[in-house]
Amino acid sequence: MNQLLTDTLHTAPIMGTIVLALVVILINAMKKDSLALEYWVSLIGIAANIGLAVWAFPLRGSAFAGTVMTGGFASLTAAVFLVAAGLTIILSRAYIEKIGVNFGEFFHLILMGAAGMMTFAAGTDLVVTFVGLELMSICLYALAGISRRVHKSNEAALKYFLLGAFASGFFLYGIALIYGMTGTTNILGIAQNIAAYKSEPLFLVGAGLLLVGFAFKIGAVPFHMWVPDVYEGSPTVVSAFMSTGAKAAAFAALLLVFTATFDFIHSSMNTVLSVLAVASMLVGNIVAISQTNVKRMLAYSSIGHAGYMLIGITAGGDVSMAGVLFYLISYMFTNLGAFGVASIIENAEQQGTDLENFRGLYYRRPLLAVLMGVFMFSLVGIPPLAGFFGKYYIFVAAIENGYTWLTIVGVITSMISVYYYLRVVVLMFFQAPEEAEAPQVTSGGTIALLVSAFGILLVGLFPSIVLGWMGGLF
Amino acid sequence: MIPVHYYLILSAVMFITGVVGVLTRRNAIIIFMCIELMLNSVNLTFVAFSSYLGNEAGQMFVFFVMAVAAAEAAVGLAIVIALFRNKQTVNINEVNILKW
Repeated sequence: MNQLLTDTLHTAPIMGTIVLALVVILINAMKKDSLALEYWVSLIGIAANIGLAVWAFPLRGSAFAGTVMTGGFASLTAAVFLVAAGLTIILSRAYIEKIGVNFGEFFHLILMGAAGMMTFAAGTDLVVTFVGLELMSICLYALAGISRRVHKSNEAALKYFLLGAFASGFFLYGIALIYGMTGTTNILGIAQNIAAYKSEPLFLVGAGLLLVGFAFKIGAVPFHMWVPDVYEGSPTVVSAFMSTGAKAAAFAALLLVFTATFDFIHSSMNTVLSVLAVASMLVGNIVAISQTNVKRMLAYSSIGHAGYMLIGITAGGDVSMAGVLFYLISYMFTNLGAFGVASIIENAEQQGTDLENFRGLYYRRPLLAVLMGVFMFSLVGIPPLAGFFGKYYIFVAAIENGYTWLTIVGVITSMISVYYYLRVVVLMFFQAPEEAEAPQVTSGGTIALLVSAFGILLVGLFPSIVLGWMGGLF
Repeated sequence: MIPVHYYLILSAVMFITGVVGVLTRRNAIIIFMCIELMLNSVNLTFVAFSSYLGNEAGQMFVFFVMAVAAAEAAVGLAIVIALFRNKQTVNINEVNILKW
């Protein structure tokens, strides 16, 4: 009994978020027109849970018979997902009223999704990893299709659901084969006897299938086909949450499952990972050039960014692991901001996120245009913004570990990406405004965007503080 | 007693049938059924290994897979119904507004 209490306490951020999500859905069930109440309860609850994550940070260890990680890595990633969920909720309050989907379950699904992400990234047993993955994914399927009278939202949800469930099948089959070979689903248990199974064909097939499942979730080429369709069709705030939270969770779990335990990653899996990285960087950044819709362009750019983070995972070692985590934090702020601006520009019919709609934005909404400029420059990776240091740490670690050619591909594709990111900036600042109404900006939306921009600057100006949190995590 | 690799071959055949079905069929419901077939072949693999290794972890995993599959079915069928109400079709070739 005492043990159960301790374990629950040490996994407090996850538990607290689940309780919060349940409280929010209960408020919705019991009270009419409770959107404002749910909104404030969610935000206060998220702040409290971030506090719990900070409190649990030093409690490094494991809970529930070695199935869930506590403190350290788990706390840090939990805080990242909670910040992403909080900013998404602030952005979505005005947005869901605008597009007419102000159902109470919206906040519930975001909170439950965040709980799933935390579980996914903290699971040290493949059962927990799988349950977390599905908790996150099922919430996101529902969120993608929440605008149920809009065709493209239906389509995005259907595609996301079918391909996501398909990927889960591969993920599970991989786990089943690994279990069959090692007799355990605990990744620390697998790691202990890794030398004995390293060259077993069935074990390698299992690890490969597991990697396919992860590659689907992070949207790496050639498993990226769903990404542009889903990010474009889903309500924009949901795309923001997916592209930051879900991607960060999949990367964190990939780090935990593959690098912490499967030490053979530095031999047989490396070629596969570097091919995925190169293909993602090339396809993502080159196809993004031809996009005219900003949401779709950001989707392709997110495929490219998955490629950069895969460089870090390929290179391995403590420095590049910290680099990947750093990249995830900077990418979280940047992409939430960029999608947030798109959600404000968008009209009530969920149209109007084309490049044309950004033309002359500076003359209509100067603050919005300046913020979008900051997000675009951070995505390019221009110092002193956070995006620069993310790329810097990953590239440095890759060169140190002998992956200079991957770095060269990374730098070349970054140069390509300058074109389509700065095209948005040029359109906003140097083109005459079109004859259109200025988009409605709410105070909540402005606050969320300012927080994102502030986060980018803070992480970019003081990268050593953020890196300090990651000291000794791996 | 039937050797374990019989079960493994059967489940691999089931899994591949599911994958081929997902890739070739055009009806969203049938695709979904093929995904369920994949998940059930995984369950068979788990149970076979569990009995072979004399280790109950695999059987426990099967319960989680079944519960998750049920939750997924609930959300997935709701999505298919929402699509059908708008388009009167579940043929995924006709679900094509989003493309480059």
